[in-house]
Amino acid sequence: MKKTTKKLLALIGAMTLVVGSLTACGSTTDTAAATTATTDTATTDTATTDTTATDTTATDTTAADTTTTDLSGTITMAGSTSMEKLANAVAEAFMAKNPGVTVTAEFTGSSAGLESLTAGSVNIGNSSRSLKDEEKAAGLVENIVAIDGIAVVVDPANKVTNLTKDQLAQIYTGTIKNWSDVGGASEPIVVVGREAGSGTRDAFEELVGVKDTCVYSNELDSTGAVAAKVASTPGAIGYVSLDVVDDTVIALSLEGVAPTVENIKAGTYFLSRPFVMATMGEISAQDANVQALFAYLASDEGKALIESVGLITVD
Amino acid sequence: MANKESFSIKQNYKNKTLVEKAAHFIFMVCAFFAVAAVFSITFYMIISGAPALFSVGIKEIIFGTVWKPTAEQPLFGILYVILTSIVGTIMAVLIGVPIGVLTAVFLAEVAPRKIAAIVKPAVELLAGIPSVIYGLLGLLILNPIMYKLELIVFKDSTTHQFTGGANLISAILVLSMMILPTVINISQAAIEAVPKHIKFASLAVGATHIQTIFKVILPAAKSGIATAIVLGVGRAIGEAMAISLVSGSSVNFPLPFNSVRFLTTAIVSEMGYAEGTHRDVLFTIGLILFVFIMAINIILSRILKKGDIEK
Repeated sequence: MKKTTKKLLALIGAMTLVVGSLTACGSTTDTAAATTATTDTATTDTATTDTTATDTTATDTTAADTTTTDLSGTITMAGSTSMEKLANAVAEAFMAKNPGVTVTAEFTGSSAGLESLTAGSVNIGNSSRSLKDEEKAAGLVENIVAIDGIAVVVDPANKVTNLTKDQLAQIYTGTIKNWSDVGGASEPIVVVGREAGSGTRDAFEELVGVKDTCVYSNELDSTGAVAAKVASTPGAIGYVSLDVVDDTVIALSLEGVAPTVENIKAGTYFLSRPFVMATMGEISAQDANVQALFAYLASDEGKALIESVGLITVD
Repeated sequence: MANKESFSIKQNYKNKTLVEKAAHFIFMVCAFFAVAAVFSITFYMIISGAPALFSVGIKEIIFGTVWKPTAEQPLFGILYVILTSIVGTIMAVLIGVPIGVLTAVFLAEVAPRKIAAIVKPAVELLAGIPSVIYGLLGLLILNPIMYKLELIVFKDSTTHQFTGGANLISAILVLSMMILPTVINISQAAIEAVPKHIKFASLAVGATHIQTIFKVILPAAKSGIATAIVLGVGRAIGEAMAISLVSGSSVNFPLPFNSVRFLTTAIVSEMGYAEGTHRDVLFTIGLILFVFIMAINIILSRILKKGDIEK
């Protein structure tokens, strides 16, 4: 009897494997999208990619004004690491209002997020820079949801408090190498920046006018990593999203203007860039969940949320 | 299938042959999958790595020194990256292998039983630690120390670009830490597998313990130690996560205090967003890495095992 039960169990195990692999093979695009997803929600991803496939194929715009508590389904976002705080805050708040909807976000970089959007594996692509012409030509629509300042940070022990745009450019191209040349102690400058596909790096280099001529000593993969490196290295300088600045680093004034919300809104602080939540096609062509998300962002509650994470709302 | 236990040699011959043949077939299928995997990986790497070699040019990629993939005029020179991987791996092996083999000798031959009972599990645990942890420790402990050293060494230099401690030396130290457990475990197994009578024969003719170890036991364990070295080199050249946190990731000539990029970290840090030609060049980097590993495996196996065959 023992032998036959063993054989029976082995047979059942083999059948389950076969059935499982057949169902996986059945939905090839979904599994391809699932493999591009990163660590965040490993098990829920396979469930969400199945339902997003059905969501994006259904284009029933007449369901736009359902009551928010009736919504159900998933919204997937991918993109900029600078937008992590905003994406997480929006996801939490929206899910609290609409318990039937699951909002997931991955942080792979602005360019990677827009690529995922073009490939159709996510609903929203987060980007911390404006869209390029090729991306707009592929059908992506640029929905600016907030304005973000880029803060230039140094470690807390640094006595320098202000830099001119010229000095900043010279530091990042390697012409100025010591803090004593800009009014600080005699310490070498450690230039920290982002990797080549980063929206923050793109925006920074363009606004300061040093595109493709920067000489970095450290090219790190996320806004958080830059902040951590600057905080722990005396003499380091780096650029981060304004909402990430906390007590561990000091944000410099540029051209005498401090990086505050008022100055960015007034336009006197020149390092600011749009936070874009791009969609494939206009918002009105998206499914009910995505439309509700954008409606939430445009509402007073949404604006309060955006300001609470340190960003500036668009009027 | 047999439905009663059968212990006779002659009975149930048909069933037994069936079971034998079925087992052979299953083993062959498993082996087939392994071989198919290696061949398909090789084939796929060649297919995806080749286009960039033709569109950008072999000379520009392999012998160019400037890496600016997102510039107006993109430049894809990875010479410094290749040199960094070579130098980094050689140095990590030069540091890690002697320490590893000598530790294995200590554990297998010299250590009193109680100490061996503590050190051995510790080394086995070390082998199981994920590589990211080594990277984090390097970031927390190694980088500040390296930065202080950098400030002292380059005190009056006007041309050096300060990296805050993330440089080639940090990466090499992290790599040698990582290959230690592999080398120690395998070398120790190899040393313990040497037949005892060889050791006793050597001691019987009057050699000291140390002479026995270095002139008799280690040469006898040569093929096992060679395996350990090959695996160590493989791990060192293939490591990406740990060293991406401590090496700085700028493309420079591999001098000890420069911020450098390895073949592996070059792929990891830029693959997420790369498009078009850039993406093709990253696959070419993968192909070059693959070729390196194959070449190293073959060459090392030939050199290190030659001694065995000559015996």
